[in-house]
Amino acid sequence: KEEAISLVTRVKYGAVSATVPQTSLHRSCRWYSVSHLSVKERIDQKRQAALQGGGQQRIEAQHKRGKLTARERVQLLLDPESFVETDMFVEHRCADFGMEQDRNKFPGDSVVTGRGRINGRLVYVFSQRGNSILCDILFVLQDFTVFGGSLSGAHAQKICKIMDQAMTVGAPVIGLNDSGGARIQEGVESLAGYADIFLRNVMASGVIPQISLIMGPCAGGAVYSPALTDFTFMVKDTSYLFITGPDVVKSVTNEDVTQEELGGAKTHTTVSGVAHRAFENDIEALLNLREFFNFLPLSNQDPAPIRESHDSSDRLVPSLDSIVPLESTKAYDMLDIIHAIVDERDFFEIMPNYAKNIVVGFARMNGRTVGIVGNQPKVASGCLDINSSVKGARFVRFCDAFNIPIITFVDVPGFLPGTAQEYGGIIRHGAKLLFAFAEATVPKITIITRKAYGGAYDVMSSKHLRGDVNYAWPTAEVAVMGAKGAVQIIFRGKENQAEAEAEYVEKFANPFPAAVRGFVDDIIEPATTRKKICQDLEMLASKKQVNPWKKHANIPL
Amino acid sequence: MTLWMIGNMAAHSVPSTLKRLLFAVKYSPLQSRCCAVQREAQYSTISIPSEKTFDKILIANRGEIACRVHVKMADEAVCVGSAPTSKSYLNMDAIMDAIRVTGAQAVHPGYGFLSENKEFAKRLAAEGVAFIGPDTHAIQAMGDKIESKLIAKAAKVNTIPGFDGVVKTAEEAVKIAQEIGYPVMIKASAGGGGKGMRIAWNDEETREGFRFSSQEAASSFGDDRLLIEKYIDNPRHIEIQVLADKHGNALWLNERECSIQRRNQKVVEEAPSTFLDPVTRRAMGEQAVQLAKAVQYSSAGTVEFLVDSKKNFYFLEMNTRLQVEHPITECITGLDLVEQMIRVAKGYQLQHTQDDIPINGWAIECRVYAEDPYKSFGLPSIGRLSQYQEPLDLDKVRVDSGIQEGSDISIYYDPMISKLITYGATRAEALGRMEDALDNYVIRGVTHNIPLLREIITHPRFVSGHISTNFLPEVYPDGFKGHQLEADAKRELLASAAVLYITAELRSAKVLGTQRVASTPVECSHWELCVELGEERQDVEISKSGTVYTVEMDGAKVEVWGALNLASPLLPLTINGTQRMLQCLSRDAAGVIVLQYLGTLFKVRVLSKLAAELNSYMPEKVSEDTSSILRSPMPGTVVAVSVKPGDTVAEGQEICVIEAMKMQNSLTAVKQAKVKSVHCKPGETVGEGDLLVELE
Repeated sequence: KEEAISLVTRVKYGAVSATVPQTSLHRSCRWYSVSHLSVKERIDQKRQAALQGGGQQRIEAQHKRGKLTARERVQLLLDPESFVETDMFVEHRCADFGMEQDRNKFPGDSVVTGRGRINGRLVYVFSQRGNSILCDILFVLQDFTVFGGSLSGAHAQKICKIMDQAMTVGAPVIGLNDSGGARIQEGVESLAGYADIFLRNVMASGVIPQISLIMGPCAGGAVYSPALTDFTFMVKDTSYLFITGPDVVKSVTNEDVTQEELGGAKTHTTVSGVAHRAFENDIEALLNLREFFNFLPLSNQDPAPIRESHDSSDRLVPSLDSIVPLESTKAYDMLDIIHAIVDERDFFEIMPNYAKNIVVGFARMNGRTVGIVGNQPKVASGCLDINSSVKGARFVRFCDAFNIPIITFVDVPGFLPGTAQEYGGIIRHGAKLLFAFAEATVPKITIITRKAYGGAYDVMSSKHLRGDVNYAWPTAEVAVMGAKGAVQIIFRGKENQAEAEAEYVEKFANPFPAAVRGFVDDIIEPATTRKKICQDLEMLASKKQVNPWKKHANIPL
Repeated sequence: MTLWMIGNMAAHSVPSTLKRLLFAVKYSPLQSRCCAVQREAQYSTISIPSEKTFDKILIANRGEIACRVHVKMADEAVCVGSAPTSKSYLNMDAIMDAIRVTGAQAVHPGYGFLSENKEFAKRLAAEGVAFIGPDTHAIQAMGDKIESKLIAKAAKVNTIPGFDGVVKTAEEAVKIAQEIGYPVMIKASAGGGGKGMRIAWNDEETREGFRFSSQEAASSFGDDRLLIEKYIDNPRHIEIQVLADKHGNALWLNERECSIQRRNQKVVEEAPSTFLDPVTRRAMGEQAVQLAKAVQYSSAGTVEFLVDSKKNFYFLEMNTRLQVEHPITECITGLDLVEQMIRVAKGYQLQHTQDDIPINGWAIECRVYAEDPYKSFGLPSIGRLSQYQEPLDLDKVRVDSGIQEGSDISIYYDPMISKLITYGATRAEALGRMEDALDNYVIRGVTHNIPLLREIITHPRFVSGHISTNFLPEVYPDGFKGHQLEADAKRELLASAAVLYITAELRSAKVLGTQRVASTPVECSHWELCVELGEERQDVEISKSGTVYTVEMDGAKVEVWGALNLASPLLPLTINGTQRMLQCLSRDAAGVIVLQYLGTLFKVRVLSKLAAELNSYMPEKVSEDTSSILRSPMPGTVVAVSVKPGDTVAEGQEICVIEAMKMQNSLTAVKQAKVKSVHCKPGETVGEGDLLVELE
């Protein structure tokens, strides 16, 4: 008994909970139904069992898989001693298949929920117990699949509870997902549990930031909760996301595919675009999540957070004066520009390996969080295509929803032509990015570094879409299209194409046509870009702009 | 005091693209000092305002060299073609056009490229344009290694025994080598310095050396003649600067010790040499002057000698141009060599006599290269200088460079970033300054050799002056491995990393601005962390009192304080009372901090105690087996591929040859195996790490 109490105390101060031998756990499990214990003793025992999770063996097994336990993850994610747990005593209510037996009930069920602080800021968190004793018992009972279900009605209820509270106080929710899917024994109750969570995900969308970190299998219905949240991160080699696993795929489509190929971190961060970033292991993922959290406001009612900046806001960046090559066909790396301009070269890129022709991510300017969108001339000339439009649009909408100013670097030759793009619906997908920039009411600053051609010019946060401050570098070319194409149309069949091209370049391949019409506010020396943006953001901090009342807009999905 | 008019072409309008530029410079002797380039080098030359000068000089060279010839910002720049040197700086027609376009009256060729090309000098003479350098006759005589030795012999200059003639075939090379007796040295006749120079210890190596040297000679100089001579083991490379006018006057301006070399290219130079006594110095100087006079030399030139351990010296060659390492001579003699060259070209007499030439203090030059010193003491690296800051705020430090933040280092030229020169009343003072200068030099975006430079100048053998041209392979027989930390230094490094980590953590916890849900302030002044360096893990305890951090580990205490600016690449810290300049290269969310400490980069990981404990459960990710994969060790051009799929290669057999920065590098098989696939072909450009050949 004393041992149990001392364990609780130690856990409270951050020690790892797994120090009690297995036998003691078994003893405590057995004690649940023993009524001669006092209420106080029973509380302590249940609390101990909840903290233990699956006991030492299971913890070791989880560690052997290169994974941490649900509680260890929470401890690493949150500031030391800041975690306040809820629903430690919740147990599942399933009465079938022997589940009603006490030995199959565990305090807290298969998820740890509560609230805590990241760098002092409030956050709600749930962490699913991929190694829960329930999972293994279910393997035995069902022998159904390695991803034996673990989401019970009780599990869902716990998650819903913290989400509701997060909504009422206005603080983000972070989900650490490690769960196989519905708990088969519970049947429809488990499905109802999913739907309850989905509904809350949708209601919370745009109100509080929601982040999912996939740290184990996440299959079937379970995948839709991460999909509804703002950001989905994955852990390489140990996490999977798919609707149906390789076995079902084989039986339905006769495709041979591994879990990793079907829904591993690489697939989702490079091919499907389902996940926003992947990290090497649990620890790197959790530490990066802390870093990422620092960029976000707590809710849509809060301004973007401001961090103390050691990087002076009027720093000149001379290297930018020579970064854009004179040959307009030559590539350069937009990330070089971004790194050089933002505070301390610190840029948290979102989806760095998907649709690389557009770069999006978070950074700070004079300490203030900003969202950066930039065409990437290094990849496919920085053109807009289906994937890059969708990637950009979703990011812009997140920033707009959470009061994060958007800085757009434009070097875009246009939309990607071709049947693949047209058949794939580039028209409606491209429209998403256009829609997102147009409806955004946060401060919008745009810098045209080189090409801004055709419709893509309009799309990329142009003055016409209510850009607050639009700059052109001296290398900017705002035009309907490149000189060659334009000359072929204007002077079709005429001789002296080269001369005409030179004339076109002289007339249009420069920032003046846009500047004389006021479509850009100024032509600036690249070296001064950081200084200007910092000043503009200061001025725009009080920006107020309201879109007409509507139930919601109808973005072309 | 000399002055070169600074043109008004701002640096940023010189694009760092493939355009190759020539600089046309207006020159006039005004009474003021050139900025930056000559800080504290108190030149004794007095400009005479009445002396008539050239109105316009064309500097037919690139970046660093053009700048040294004194104008960071020239008045005009002319593009001479695309990046490969054979199409730009070696393209005489383009340069002659540039002269006509700019109306330049004189041409300063800098060094390398056309500086020792007699054809070029001839063509200039035909156009009536002054060549700032010696007469064609002297260039021709000294440019030919064979002839130069004959002339040297005739002028009673000591020459290397076993000297022989021009070589046409590999077998002829072998025969000559055997006659001289191994070891022999093989190099391009037309090439200067160590370019194209290879040492052969047997017939096989002679054949290989012949092949490489002739190819290199052709690609770099357009002249594939070779030279074979006796190779002196364990020598020092000491050279004498000479200066002569067109009136038969000649001076020797003391020596430069250039023994620290890698692959026969100079890395660290100093003036004077610790090795020469006044008698030897005078003997060498006088022989150098005899040689200059023997060819009616005018302008600045360098006579290179090999010096053995008994202070016997042998004439090696004469460079009829300004040398890269000339600034150290300027430092200790107070003469501005470029100014003197221009005066001489204009026909003036020397202003000095031999007695006027002093040795004032000591000067050291480090060549800062864009290369990876961990690979064969330096294989080229390329990239864009994302951050670049020269240590110009330090006293008595001079940096000659032709690059700036944002410049691209490409595969087309010599990978030199700059020449870093420090000066002091004594050698120790100059070396101390060099340490500081290297620590304060910020270069990001390309791999550079500062780790190696700093190790060399602080190595006991170097400090004691006990050096030879074999210094690097002798001191680092297994290759350069970076600074080896001693216990104290390691503690300082770990403590600095931990303090940086805490500084960042404390800042993250301080959220400015208004929030609806208040933050819980993190009030902590004591931390327990775990710091990892390589395989080692160290528990540390940190407490903060005021601005001072006390870091405890292993029972030892390290006190750290300083300007902890998280945005600055430089991290000036006071560690246990000693001032140290560290550099922070990166800091990531997972606790990895890359610090430059004592010149070398160290990757340190700082984790909370809990994270470190749990980190032990994280699986090690397996990296690919590299023994069957040949990747390009550097960016460059594929010159030859010697294998095709299906071939069986023996261990050490050549697989392909990559040329980068004018050096040809043979890549060999590390094991016997069958070639599975070849992913490159001759002429192709490859990047560092690109897959070239796969073995089975």
